[in-house]
Amino acid sequence: MSILRVSGAIATALLLGCFLEGCSNRPSTVKAASVKDDKDRHAAPDFALKDADGKTVHLSDYKGRVVLLDFWATWCGPCRIEIPWFTDMERKKKDQGFEVLGVSMDDNGWEDVKPFLAEMKVNYRVVIGDDPTTQAYGGVDSLPTTFLIDKQGKIAAIHIGLAGRKEFEDGVDELLQEGSSPVNAGGASPAGNVAAKR
Amino acid sequence: MLAVLLLPAMWPQSAERLTVGQPQKVAGKRTDVVHTKIPVSILDGYHVNSNTPSDEYLIPLKVTWTSLGALEGGQVSYPKAEKITVGDQSLSVFTGKFDLAVDFKVSAKAPAGPGVATGKLGFQACNDKMCFPPKSIEINVPYQVQ
Repeated sequence: MSILRVSGAIATALLLGCFLEGCSNRPSTVKAASVKDDKDRHAAPDFALKDADGKTVHLSDYKGRVVLLDFWATWCGPCRIEIPWFTDMERKKKDQGFEVLGVSMDDNGWEDVKPFLAEMKVNYRVVIGDDPTTQAYGGVDSLPTTFLIDKQGKIAAIHIGLAGRKEFEDGVDELLQEGSSPVNAGGASPAGNVAAKR
Repeated sequence: MLAVLLLPAMWPQSAERLTVGQPQKVAGKRTDVVHTKIPVSILDGYHVNSNTPSDEYLIPLKVTWTSLGALEGGQVSYPKAEKITVGDQSLSVFTGKFDLAVDFKVSAKAPAGPGVATGKLGFQACNDKMCFPPKSIEINVPYQVQ
């Protein structure tokens, strides 16, 4: 009899929970410590940099999507730790309106970067950085330096140096949950099918 | 625009992570083999790749001579590298203070008198969280041909 009472109480609690929170399959709200409040965010500087195919990439092409903008280099050990995480995130979240965009700071450009990307099986778009771009982003004195950019093109979080995978994932999840549906979610992204191009 | 102005203040201040001391002056007669030491000091908590990094993409510590003057050779002996682990990477690095030993030979046709051999020490520094762009520091080795 007491088991029945307990079961009834649980069912009531679940129904009440559904009523208050909704019973959809959407993920629970994530709040990443590193993500700034909207009022504290500033526009991410736009840039025009070339990708491996020689195509000019503007950050503004990505408006409406959450972007993880990673300044890195082939000679940077901590960058190498993060890159597999970003590759995995690109694969899992691309259809949700998320993109990784790597900005390589290698002086030798594609000569060093192309074989590295192939070796690391990088599946996201990478461009070669330049001084005006790094200056616009505060100098980028150390690598990795990673910016999380929201759907409105504002900088929502900055990670200088190696950060935790969960920090990135929570930050991206929080930004994906913000606002309306992403402009390009499920459709064509600015990067297209990068892996297929390589 | 405000973001651009505010961003620099959010960065850690850059500091010299590697310093090079003054190499000992060398002196010798024509055809003599002479030696010097280049003192190097790396800031606590940082490392630089050794002269033989563990990965082809890593940038080695390396001396490159730009002008030897009346000297020849300039063969550098690097210290024994340390092995450290960052993440799942095993790295071959230098830390702390060490000397680079250099051998020169005084040219057979060297004129007597003073001079300076010049070169550059290239390196790339990191700590366990971040890396800094490759740099080079000028090296000046004073000599006296007797």
